[in-house]
Amino acid sequence: MKMALQMAFKNLIGAGLRTWLNVSVLSFCFIVIVFYNGFLNGWQKQGRLDAMNWEFAQGQLYHADYDPYDVFTIQDAHGSLPEGESQHLTPVLIQQATLYPNGRMNPILIKGIPLDQKVINLPIDLLAKSTADIPVFIGKRMAESAKLSEGDQVLLRWRDQYGTYDAANITIAGIFDTEVATIDQGQIWLTLDKLWKMTGLTDEATLYIADSQYQPQPISGWNFQSLNSLLKDFESAVQAERIGSMVIYLVLLGIGLLAIFDTQVLSVFRRQREIGTYIALGMTKNQVLKIFTVEGGMYSIFAGIVGMVIGAPLFYYTATQGINIGSSAEGMGVRMANIIYPAFGPGLVTGTLLVLVFSAKLVSFLPARKISKMNPVNALKGKLS
Amino acid sequence: MKHLMALLFALLTVTQIQAQDAIAILNKVDENMNSNSNTTKSDMVIYGRRNSRTVTSIGYAEGKNKSFSEYLAPEREKGTKMLKIEGYLWVYSPSTDRTIQLSGHMLKQSLMGSDLSYEDIMENRKLIDMYNAEVVGDETIDGRKTWVLQLKAKVDDATYDSRKLWVDAERYVPLKEELYAKSGQLLKKTVMSDIKQIDGRWYPTKMNYKDMLKDGKGTDFIVLEINFDAEIPDYIFSKASLKK
Repeated sequence: MKMALQMAFKNLIGAGLRTWLNVSVLSFCFIVIVFYNGFLNGWQKQGRLDAMNWEFAQGQLYHADYDPYDVFTIQDAHGSLPEGESQHLTPVLIQQATLYPNGRMNPILIKGIPLDQKVINLPIDLLAKSTADIPVFIGKRMAESAKLSEGDQVLLRWRDQYGTYDAANITIAGIFDTEVATIDQGQIWLTLDKLWKMTGLTDEATLYIADSQYQPQPISGWNFQSLNSLLKDFESAVQAERIGSMVIYLVLLGIGLLAIFDTQVLSVFRRQREIGTYIALGMTKNQVLKIFTVEGGMYSIFAGIVGMVIGAPLFYYTATQGINIGSSAEGMGVRMANIIYPAFGPGLVTGTLLVLVFSAKLVSFLPARKISKMNPVNALKGKLS
Repeated sequence: MKHLMALLFALLTVTQIQAQDAIAILNKVDENMNSNSNTTKSDMVIYGRRNSRTVTSIGYAEGKNKSFSEYLAPEREKGTKMLKIEGYLWVYSPSTDRTIQLSGHMLKQSLMGSDLSYEDIMENRKLIDMYNAEVVGDETIDGRKTWVLQLKAKVDDATYDSRKLWVDAERYVPLKEELYAKSGQLLKKTVMSDIKQIDGRWYPTKMNYKDMLKDGKGTDFIVLEINFDAEIPDYIFSKASLKK
């Protein structure tokens, strides 16, 4: 094996430009595959973390009538938990309303959460400092779309528990910045006490956010949604993207491997005398076959080394500085931060390298199989058998 | 003390008289505006930011609980039908050949992009059943003397907590109405005009509904033809008529 490695190394170095062309193509594949997978890993990790920190915590307890994907369920989906069942749960009441910024009609959701909540990162406690009659918090996306700034007053129309309209000016007491668009776009946040007072739905909630100590148990009229089930759509989106990106990998890898395959076919053809000499010197056909297969595998090792030399600074830079994708994903309804920090683990790099080595060996082996059928005498004469 | 009692009694009496007057006025308005049945051909002019569009429809109504309307124009809305029976509303869309029942908060959506909601056309109850009324003054609108009535909800589930109604003092037709939120914020305004005498009753043939919280000219409802106490076959108010 040692000799096979030495010979393969010498042959590849001796082949000069042809080797480096193959290595370049393969290293490009290596960098693209590692980079894009790292990007997807980062997106998934960040999305999950952001969702936990800003929206779901350790899961949510939904009112039985509440369906977040059906706006028509929102107005009537509220109730209160039986006595003693609300430990480690933070109530959130959601109601529909209409905001009128500059005479434009803007249907929104109003969400009430306790002032002293700590279960999610929403800095609702800052509302305590406001002296406005109805101080509210909005996200930066909401502020941009409604053209609202801190201190602005805007008219809000909502309905009380019986369906009677009420309307008043609300004051934008603060604008928060979050990567989670689903707690930002088309909604305003205010203290739960204020929303109870406005709607008359005292002690009622649409959902409860669970903290890490909450132990789910069946409660009539309420359904617990685990963190995994709440993130199911997001995980599916990432998975779909992974599958979609496989096509690109296969095309890129196909180009790289085709170049190796082509080189190996040519090598077997041009190096018949060399093959004959090896066999004449006492090497078995399998040993010769091994030399050619190892040569193919060595292309991918070279590609890995070159890829790491070129890619490592790029991977390090993007992993620490992040990739600013702007707000392009916000309108697509995908949970995606504006800045994604790719995650390149050793498993990803090693796995990609192994795939490259295995596939390069495979495409080297296929043309080299001819060697096992060669007649050594004809091979020495340079004739194909 | 005697004087105070007399003053209180007088105030109470005046209030009672005003309330009775208001109820009498509302009853007279009701006599003018409502009939056992009617058929109406109308245009609804919906003013947008840049342009306006007109939706023509023919409507059949029996009392306050049954109504059926069919949209005749424009082409996009043609064939759309709505049936209201008691608190239920069904809408038939010819493009999908489907009938859907609107309920709950779907009724709060805008009617064909107008300033009216489905809920606005669904209200079955009479004003005197939902509001306490009193006459709070008189004003002149377009040369006509009007009574100004203040209505305050006496039931919990009134859509609007209070209303202000300007009623023509001679013809007992409302000329203007304002709808208010619980906070006192003006939400909607309706202006009635082109009052005509039809079948012995005074009736406004043009109504402008305006959502006061948003910009725009609101929605005009123009009565082209109206027949009071018309004979309407029973099958009109059935779900089968939606697909006919």
